[in-house]
This record gives sequence, C-alpha cells and structure tokens, in this order.
Amino acid sequence: MTELTKLTIAEARDKLAARDITASELTESYLSAIDAGNEAINAYIAVTGDIAREQAKASDAKIAAGEARPLEGIPLGIKDLYATKGVHTQACSHILDGFKPEYESTVTQNLFDDGAVMLGKLNMDEFAMGSSNETSFYGDVVNPWRRNGSDKALVPGGSSGGSAAAVAAHMCAAATASDTGGSIRQPAALTGTVGIKPTYGRCSRWGMVAFASSLDQAGPIGRTVRDNAILLKSMASVDAKDTTSVDAPVPNYEDFIGKSIKGMKIGIPKEYHMDGMPEEIEKLWQQGIAWLKEAGAEIVEISLPHTKYALPAYYIVAPAEASSNLARYDGVRYGLRVPGNDIVEMYENTRAAGFGDEVKRRVMIGTYVLSAGYYDAYYLKAQKVRTLIKQDFDNAWADGVDAILTPTTPDAAFAPGEITDPVTMYLNDVFTVTANMAGVPGMSIPAGLNKDGLPLGLQLIGKPFEEGTLFQVGEVIEQAAGRFEPSANWWSK
Amino acid sequence: MSVDLSTVKRVARLARIKVDDEQAEKMTGELNAILGFVEQLDEVNIEGVEPMTSVVETSMKKRADGQTDGGYADKVVSNAPVSEDNFFMVPKVVE
Repeated sequence: MTELTKLTIAEARDKLAARDITASELTESYLSAIDAGNEAINAYIAVTGDIAREQAKASDAKIAAGEARPLEGIPLGIKDLYATKGVHTQACSHILDGFKPEYESTVTQNLFDDGAVMLGKLNMDEFAMGSSNETSFYGDVVNPWRRNGSDKALVPGGSSGGSAAAVAAHMCAAATASDTGGSIRQPAALTGTVGIKPTYGRCSRWGMVAFASSLDQAGPIGRTVRDNAILLKSMASVDAKDTTSVDAPVPNYEDFIGKSIKGMKIGIPKEYHMDGMPEEIEKLWQQGIAWLKEAGAEIVEISLPHTKYALPAYYIVAPAEASSNLARYDGVRYGLRVPGNDIVEMYENTRAAGFGDEVKRRVMIGTYVLSAGYYDAYYLKAQKVRTLIKQDFDNAWADGVDAILTPTTPDAAFAPGEITDPVTMYLNDVFTVTANMAGVPGMSIPAGLNKDGLPLGLQLIGKPFEEGTLFQVGEVIEQAAGRFEPSANWWSK
Repeated sequence: MSVDLSTVKRVARLARIKVDDEQAEKMTGELNAILGFVEQLDEVNIEGVEPMTSVVETSMKKRADGQTDGGYADKVVSNAPVSEDNFFMVPKVVE
C-alpha cells in the first residue's frame, strides 16, 4: 500500500487540484497495488491497464488546462455487471463467455464523463445471486480482513464482493456496485467499507446486467461517507433509456456532510432485534444510538411489523423476475453455445453448462412460482406483502421519522464453505432486503469490530430520494466510530 | 406446497435447463426448502391489499413514436456464437 493508494477520493481530488500529484501517478499506484495483491484477493477478473493509463493521461491534460471535472483522474473498479464497451462484461457467469458489449452502461458513462479512470472489472456472485461471492464463475473473492491471530480466509460478502474487497485492500479508490437485496450494504459491512443503495430509480439501470428489475439499483462502495456522496452525485441521473429512472434533481450530496443532525428523529425498529443475534451486534446498535443521541438526534422506537416477511417475499419476487430476465441467455445472441440435436436441446445444454447451481435454483423457483396455477398463490401474494412492507416505512415517515438505524448484517464475515444451506445463506440479507422491497435508500457504515477483530456495520434507511439525510447522519457515525482498516497487508506480494 | 421429482423435471423443461435424475433429485430437496421458507407468507393477512406494481409512484413515461436508434446490424450480431450475413444462426427448426 503506497501513500497514494491510502488517499480517499476527497483527498486525492485536493492533491490533484493542487498539482501535488498527477492522475497518471495515482493510476500507476493502483495498478501496482492490483499487480501485487490481486492474486491473493481475486477481486479483479479483468485489469484494464491500457484504458486506465489513457484515461489518466487525458485527466492530467484536463487538470493542466484548468478544466478538471468532478472525478478527474480518480481510479475506480467497475463491477462486472456494468456493460463497458469492448471490455469483459459477464456478470461473472460462464454463460456470457467472451461477451464484450458494443455499448457503455449509463452509470459508467456518467462516471467517465466526470473524469473517472477505470482500473478493471470486479468479481461478483454470478448474476449478483449470492451473499459470499462464492458463486462467481471466476472463483471466490477473499476478504482482506482476517480474524485476529488467524490466517484463515474469510468471504467478503456478496454479491459485490469484488468491489468491497478491492476498496478495503486499497486496489481502487472506490468501486461501482449494485444492490438487489443487500449486495452493496452486506459486503460493505463485512469489509469495513461504506456503501449506499440509493432510492429505486435514482440511477439508470441501462447497461446493467438485469437480475430482478423491480429491485436492482446501482450504487458505490468507498472508504468514507464523503467518497460515497461524491460518487453517487456522478452516478445518479435520469435516463431516457431507462423508463424507471426518476426525473428528480440530483443534489450535491457533499453539501450534507458535516451538517448538524440536531433535532432529527431517528427510528429504531423493534422488529430488527433478532433471536440468536450475537450480543456484539446488539451492543454495536446501542452504541450507534448513543452516538446519534449525543449529536442531538431524537431517538424513537418504531414498529415495522412486516419486517420478517420481507425475505420470504423477496425469494418469490426476485427469482420470478430473474427467471424472466435470464431467459435471454439461450446460446443464440451472445456468450456460450453448447450444441444439441435440435434447437431446444441446444438451449437446454447451453443453460445447463452456462449457469451455476445458485442461478439454476433461482431460475427454477422463479419458473415454478410463475407457472400456470401458482401465480396467485406465490407471486401475487408476495407483491401484496410488498405493499405492506412499503406501508410500514410510509407510516414511519408519516410519524416524522427522518431516518432509521439498524444493524447491517446479523453477523461478521464467515469462512468460505461455512454456509452451504441456501436458506441460511439468504438470511444474511434479512436486514437489508426490506429497503429493496420498499424501494427506499439504505447505507452501511462501519461502526466497530467484533471480538475477533472483524468489522461490523450499521445501516441507515431513509425516505425516498433523501439520500442526503443518510450522508448527513452517516458522517456522524463515521466521525464517532472512526475508520477501520485490516491490521496488516498480508495480500501484497 | 411442495414439489416432487416429476414437477422439478417439468419445471426444468420449462426453464430450458437440462437436468439429469441425480441433479433433479438434489434440486427437489433444495426447492422444497425454499418453498417451505416462503410459506411463512401464509400468516399475513392480505385481504384487500393491492399488489405492488411500482415502488415509486409514477406514471409510465412516454416518448415520441419515432426511430431513434439502429442501423448497425453488424454490431448487434457481433457477440453471437454463430452468425452469417448479420443473421443469428440456429439449428434447423422447420423440417
């Protein structure tokens, strides 16, 4: 880890503006860090050094000309589910073998238009289906964090495991990620990084490989709350190519950083106290409450009575939408083709070879719940439950609550292979999935370490399109908790 | 509700995923575990509740009915496993 890769985006931006460093130097530092560390972490599945150097050079020219844009020369990692023109884009699935899109996703285009540099494509769970980054065709991502006194590997969480691990290991300044049920917030919590899933519709989904279209949302993972604010400002936009993107002004989120939270009403939902939850998580939550109280916020207990039904409803809605979205992978238009005696057998062979077990499971569940005679019993019922989940939140906002504080995950990072039962794995998202079901924004902020020295996160949930409040409150937690880094860099050669 | 082996095979056929008997057997257990988990929803009173269609209250955006894109068939087929003269090639479907 060099001095340059230690910088936050805000710090790098200042040094670049002051001409203390160049964008090319910054990019080279990160490329060296990737070169030294990626073999152990496996966060990058494609490194785009040539593109990065080219972009950094262009950034240096812009800075020299006094035309620096908001993210000028900032080196980012891009999750493999964002379409990047001419560059590896497979959502870490075998079925998209060799796919190099002819177009750029709106989110990455927005970032490049603001001067960002792309270091490469980041590992993830296949089609964003997973909570441990163990379902990637490109192998597991390894968490830079280890338990005290242990050299045993831990998962970085998922599905944005590559994004979170690369940020925690200082192999990028920040990363793009995506969140369908917790895929930004859970890995952020497990790696001591900050991540925000904005309101559904805040970022364009165009050019993001689709998983569950009514839940998918883009967002950043970075090392600080402020860095998240800087990135989201660039990522968010209304887009004619995504009719669900919302035409609302994108505020300058950085303006919310440092604003007082005095008098703000923070809701503590009693349903998030879970049986069997480690004592440490409960303690961390109480600590978070104390910090916000000290900062002048009013703490109120609230009830979100349908919380426990969010996860089961999610496991109907998400697979149903996935089974429709993934129907396009048939060996005809892109990616893998495995021959068969006729066209149907070609489809079946291609999908059998191209999809991993977890993806197959979800496509099967989705196909079943949408099949004739079952639609009302499963999908329609789940969508009704979703209405109730959203109403729970609406009631809280109506009572004057400004934001809700919860733990991000029920526990810290675990070892690969430790959780083999699908339903147990799904429970990792129990606190995060509600925000997706209701479409509201959620952010995870590192708030402490457990007894093994592993990071734990607190989650803030906010009103639709009020991400600014989350940055405002999130920064208070960050200031109180401090920042967390792995105790030793064991991963660099 | 739970699924049996023949249902799993039928669903796999609908989903166009080839599964052998051993895989179908394994999937039956896994799918039943997931279906068992989602059964909790039966406890919820959904009487008179409207199903969610959109988390953001919005009316569907419309655009002018005009051609705004296209004219690059070669790019469209550039990632196809097999293509010829800008057509996707598939095994014979009509005898």
